[in-house]
Amino acid sequence: MSVIAPRFKFSEFVKSIIENAFWIVVIMTLVGLPMAMIVLFYVDLPVIDGALVTPFLALTWLSHPELALPLLKSFLTSDAFRILAFPGFGFAALVAAGTIFVERKMLAKLQLRVGPFYCGKIEGILQLAGDGLKLISKEIIIPAKADKPLFIVAPLLFVGAAAAFVALIPVAPGWVVADVDVGLLAVFAVIGFFPIITVLSAWSANSKFPFIGGIRALYQMVSFEIPLILSCLGVVLLTGTLNLTEIAQSQQVIPWIVLMPIGAIVFFICMLAELERIPFDLPEAESEIVAGWLTEFSGMMYGLVQLGSYVKLYAFSALFVVLFLGGWSGPVFWPPLEQELLESGQTLGPIKLQLPGLPLFSQEFFSAVIWFVLKTAAVIFFVLLPRGVFPRIRIDMLLRIGWYKLIAMAFVNIFVALGLVYAGVVGPGGIF
Amino acid sequence: MEGKTTVPALAELPPGLELQRVDERIMTLNVGPQHPGSGHMRIIVQIDGDRIVACDPDPGYVHRGEEKMAEYRNYVQNIPHLERPVIHDSCNILYPYCLATEEILGIEVPERAQYVRVIAAELNRCVYTLYWLAIYGIFLGHSTMFMWPTGDRELLIDLLEKMTGARVTHAYLVPGGVRNDVPANFEDVCLRQVDYFEKRIREYAGIFYDNPILISRTRDAGALSRHDAVALGTTGSVLRASGVDYDVRKKEPYDCYDSLDFETSVMREGDAYARSRVPWLDMMQSCRIIRDALSKMPKSGSVRVKLKPNPKGPEMVSYKRVESGRGALGCYVVSDGKPEPYRVKMSVGSFRNLIALPYLLRGEKLGNMPAVYWSLNYWPVEADR
Repeated sequence: MSVIAPRFKFSEFVKSIIENAFWIVVIMTLVGLPMAMIVLFYVDLPVIDGALVTPFLALTWLSHPELALPLLKSFLTSDAFRILAFPGFGFAALVAAGTIFVERKMLAKLQLRVGPFYCGKIEGILQLAGDGLKLISKEIIIPAKADKPLFIVAPLLFVGAAAAFVALIPVAPGWVVADVDVGLLAVFAVIGFFPIITVLSAWSANSKFPFIGGIRALYQMVSFEIPLILSCLGVVLLTGTLNLTEIAQSQQVIPWIVLMPIGAIVFFICMLAELERIPFDLPEAESEIVAGWLTEFSGMMYGLVQLGSYVKLYAFSALFVVLFLGGWSGPVFWPPLEQELLESGQTLGPIKLQLPGLPLFSQEFFSAVIWFVLKTAAVIFFVLLPRGVFPRIRIDMLLRIGWYKLIAMAFVNIFVALGLVYAGVVGPGGIF
Repeated sequence: MEGKTTVPALAELPPGLELQRVDERIMTLNVGPQHPGSGHMRIIVQIDGDRIVACDPDPGYVHRGEEKMAEYRNYVQNIPHLERPVIHDSCNILYPYCLATEEILGIEVPERAQYVRVIAAELNRCVYTLYWLAIYGIFLGHSTMFMWPTGDRELLIDLLEKMTGARVTHAYLVPGGVRNDVPANFEDVCLRQVDYFEKRIREYAGIFYDNPILISRTRDAGALSRHDAVALGTTGSVLRASGVDYDVRKKEPYDCYDSLDFETSVMREGDAYARSRVPWLDMMQSCRIIRDALSKMPKSGSVRVKLKPNPKGPEMVSYKRVESGRGALGCYVVSDGKPEPYRVKMSVGSFRNLIALPYLLRGEKLGNMPAVYWSLNYWPVEADR
C-alpha cells in the first residue's frame, strides 16, 4: 500500500456517511420544514373530487390506485413535469449522463483499453456518479482578481442556456416544453447566447489562458453560426414553416437528409464546432492554452459547465434528428394494451387487479419516443466518434473552413432546395 | 500585424543582443512548468494575437547533477545513475559511457555481447520513440495516438524485461559487455514480438500520419531548412528530417553496426510533419536491425569481460558517440589514473535540438507551438541532466 494515500476503512466511510446524513437531517428540519410550512400556508391546494389534496395524503394515495392514477396523469401532463422531467431538462441530463458513459467506454474500446471498470461493479456504470460526488466535494476556488459575480454566474447561465435549448426540441407529437411558432428562430436565439456566456466567463476570470480560450470560442461560434443557419434554410424552404413540430411531422414519408445530404453534412460539421468537440475543440486546447476558457473553473463550477455542454450536445443532436432525420416518425411497433384488460382488469386466482386510468400514455407516444431516442443516440455516436480519430485543427484552418467551404456548401444546399421546390417535387401536388 | 515601430536590421546590433517589441498588444505566456503542454520546462512565449513574436525556452527545472555525481563513483557504480536522464532510452544513454570506459580500461568486448548490446539499444530506441510519439499525439489532441503507442510499448518492455530483468531502468550495458546473457528462447520470442510490432506501427500511418487534418496542421509548420539545421547544430531526427543524411550508426559505426544491414531514414521537408515521421521510419529500421542482428549473432559465447574490482585505467581522455533516440549522444570521460573518472561530460541531442526552438517558433501561430516544440524530439530531463 502506498504511504501517502490512507487505507480505505469501511468504518470511516460509514462514519462519514452518517455524519453527512446527520447534517442533512438537521438542516432539513431547521430550514426545510419551516420553508415547506410557509409555502403550504400561502399556496392554494387543489380540490379534486371534493377532497382537498394535501401532501400529507401521500400514503393514502399510494394504497388507492384509483385515486392516485388520475392525479399522476394530471401531473404527467402538467407544465412542471414537462419542464423538469420528460422532454425538458431531466430527460436531457439523463441522455447526457448516458452520453458521457458511452463516450468513455467507446473511446476506451477504440484505444485498446478498458475504460471505467470498477465503480458500480458492472463496467463502471457508477463512474459518473463518483465523478459528480468528487466535483461537488471539491473546493470552489475563485481567482483573487476575478470579477466574482460574473464568474460565479457564468456556469449557471451556461446550464440555463442549454436547458432553454432543450425546451425548444419536440420529442414526440405534442411533447415539447415550448411549442413556439418560430421554433427554429428561437433555437438560433438560444445558440447565439452561448458565445456571450463563454466570453463573459473568460473575461471575468481575469487570466491569460481563459482569455485566449474565450476569444477563440467567440471566433469559432460566431463564424460557424452563419453556415449553421444557412444549412437549415433548405429545410425551411421545403417545409414552409419554422415550427419544429411541423418540420418533424413533414418528414413522415422521407427524411430531408435524403433530399439534402449537403445541408445535413454542413449542419453536422457546424454542430461539432458549436459543441467544441474534437477536431474543433480549440477553445479547450489542452497543450496550447491549458483548458481554455474552463481553466479557472474548479469543483462543481467545472461540473456545471460540463453538464451544460453535454446537455447542449443532446440538444444539438436532437435538433439534427428533427430537421433532417424525420424526428419521431417511424413505424409504430409498441403493442397496444388489450381493451378488455383495461375495462375488466386482470384476474389472478383470488386477486382481481383493476387499474383505472391506464394506459398513462398512448402507444404512438411510446413508439415516437423510442424512435426519437434511437435516432438521437445514432447522431450522438457520430458526434463522439471523431474524438478517437482526428487531431485538433488550428484556428486559421477552422475559420477558413467556416467562412469559405461551409458557407459555399450551405448555399449549394439552398439552391438544391429551391430546385426541389420549383420542380414540384415537394409541396402541394408534389411527390412528397 | 507588424505595427508601426521600425525594427532595425539585426546586423546593426551587437552580437548576442536582439530587439524585442514592447507593446500593449503583446501578451507574455508562461507555458510551463505547470502546463499540460510543456514537460519539465518553461517556454516563455510572447504572442501578438495568435502569432508568436518571441519565444524563450527555459530549461533547467530537473537538473540533477548527473555529471558531478559521476566523479564520486567508480566506473561500474556510475552505471545505474547515468541512465536516469532518459529512463526510456537507458541502453542508449549508457552506450557512449560504456564505449569510452572500455577504451580507458583497455577492454575488448566479446562479439556476442556486441550483438546483444545492439539489440537492446534498438529495442530501447523503439520504446523511447513510442513514448515520444504518444506525447506528440496528445499534444495534437489525438488521444488514440496517445493510447496506442503506450500500449504497444508494453510489448517491447516485456521483451526487455526478459532480457535484462528490469522493465524500464535496465542498467544492462556495462563496461566490458552486458550484465547478463539473454534467456534461452529469446530469439524466437524477440522475432515474434518484433514482427507483431512492425505490423502495429504500420497501422499508425493509417490513423495518424496519413490523417488529412494532421497533415494540413503540421505541414510547413516550423520548417527548418537544410542550411539552418546544420548551422544550428541540430542532430538526430531533426537533422535527418531536414534532408541531411547523418546517422552516427552509419558515419562512425560502433560495436557491430558496420556489419548490419540498414538504411538511414531521411526526409527533405524539414517541417513538423517530417520531423514527426522520421522517428517512425527509424522504428522500421530498428526492426530491420534487430532481425539482422538476431540472424548474425553468435549462438554462444561470453557476453561480458570479467573486470577487476575497482578497475582503473591510465591517464587519458576518451570521447565516444552513439546515435540515441534523440540524435547523437556523446560521452567525454577523463581518467586521471584513479578508480573514479575525473570528469564525465555528456553531450545530449535534446539540448542541441532545443536551440532551434526560438528560431522555429518566431512568426508561427500559437496553435503550432506544441506541434513544433515536441517535434524537436526533445526530452527535458535529458537536456538538464
